[in-house]
Amino acid sequence: MTAIRVLVGTRKGAFILTSDGQRRKWSIDGPHFAGWEIYHVKGSPVQTDRIYASQTSSWFGQIIQRSDDGGKTWSQPGSDGAGEKAAAGSMPQGKSNMFVYDTSETTGKPLTTHQWYDGTQHPWEFARVWHLEPSLDDPDTCYAGVEDAALFRTTNGGVTWHEFAGLRGHESGPHWAPGAGGMCLHTIVLDPANSDRIYCAISAAGTFRSDDAGESWTPINRGLSSGEIPVPTAEVGHCVHRIAIHPSKPDTLFMQKHWDIMRSDDGGDSWREVSGNLPSDFGFPIAVHAHEPETIYVVPILSDSLHYPPDGKLRVYRSRTGGEQWEALTKGLPQEHCYVNVLRDAMSVDTADPCGIYFGTTGGQVYASNDSGESWEAIVRDLPAVLSVEVQTIT
Amino acid sequence: MIRVVLPHHLHTLARCDREVTVDVDGIVTQRAVLDALEARYPMLRGTVREHVTMKRRPRVRFFADGEDVSHESPDAELPASIVSGDQPFMIVGAIAGG
Repeated sequence: MTAIRVLVGTRKGAFILTSDGQRRKWSIDGPHFAGWEIYHVKGSPVQTDRIYASQTSSWFGQIIQRSDDGGKTWSQPGSDGAGEKAAAGSMPQGKSNMFVYDTSETTGKPLTTHQWYDGTQHPWEFARVWHLEPSLDDPDTCYAGVEDAALFRTTNGGVTWHEFAGLRGHESGPHWAPGAGGMCLHTIVLDPANSDRIYCAISAAGTFRSDDAGESWTPINRGLSSGEIPVPTAEVGHCVHRIAIHPSKPDTLFMQKHWDIMRSDDGGDSWREVSGNLPSDFGFPIAVHAHEPETIYVVPILSDSLHYPPDGKLRVYRSRTGGEQWEALTKGLPQEHCYVNVLRDAMSVDTADPCGIYFGTTGGQVYASNDSGESWEAIVRDLPAVLSVEVQTIT
Repeated sequence: MIRVVLPHHLHTLARCDREVTVDVDGIVTQRAVLDALEARYPMLRGTVREHVTMKRRPRVRFFADGEDVSHESPDAELPASIVSGDQPFMIVGAIAGG
């Protein structure tokens, strides 16, 4: 019996939506961590009841939460329980939210500044965890993409985190600059066929790839063209919004950029535009069908100045040709007076058959399709603004 | 025994009452009170003071005996009413918004 669990992060807490494999009736649990910004919630693919959550606040900073029972109960790794119980534990206490940049000589370079809005160098300052990417084969290992942009990893279930200093220490690091949302590492893609290969994307630096399990990194932005930077085809400086792959074709990457939909068929060594007939090639999320590696989904948004759908119509666009030719999917979605946005981590797919597609909006709706996008239904309507949507297919 | 009042989000995070008590040996200072608080509730580490610098987070304030002592030295002795337990040391989330 298949069950579907949708993990929703919002501006004011996390929600867990569950259904059976039919995906018609949903139960809604939450808010968890009420009042906190939940940037991302994602489960381990090898131990589905192990879920990591990024809980943040402009007042009280970063918290990492972990559940080992599918989201029923949560704790801060290494600090479960108060008082004597916590003090008696053997694990490090109170360090699960400690993200400290590595400035040691031995692991790379003591890189402490990057370019600021005014062109001066600015200290690297940790703000929050944008994205959590659990390992494909170890539930205790999870990667974290943070603002200011850096990649961290835990190998003890979130108790402690350590930076991969080789990324920030790349020679281009001092030239990275923040985008409007801050300088965040927001996308982490793990290659299912090659455990040494990791992709990440940074706004506004671009896409990077490691072929040695995160130790060293190469910018992979050849073919990207961004009119908003002085040299449109520069090696770094691009505002990449999201990257997605299909596990059966890991060398093919799809990208939603600040402008343009791009694809690469050589592991990111080169990119070509496949925006085709989209009504706007701006947007944030991009997702790949679970069973069709050339079927991809985007939600076009009207320009970087407006951040809402063209013509007030919320439309998911699907390409069954890996880009270029796109069709609008509208059944069940509002087709007038709709001015919500769909953020980069707020779209995901299940692996049921037919494939389910899910996305959340800044208006608090979570829409789901249980037929590969042919029709849609709001499975919940009035949540706080949705920051992230992840889906688990539990068998 | 020092009384400490926590803001809503921190006492829910620590799963404790709004007001807690901690024991402090020696001079009762902001630093000593916060050290004792974090030792008892390690999940609060990094939420009141930043991990590395140990500085008060920008939107957190400290009140003692009706005074805002946020800008006082963390090593200055707190008022007698805090030391005696007559008044709580208050950790406050700064008002921000519209």
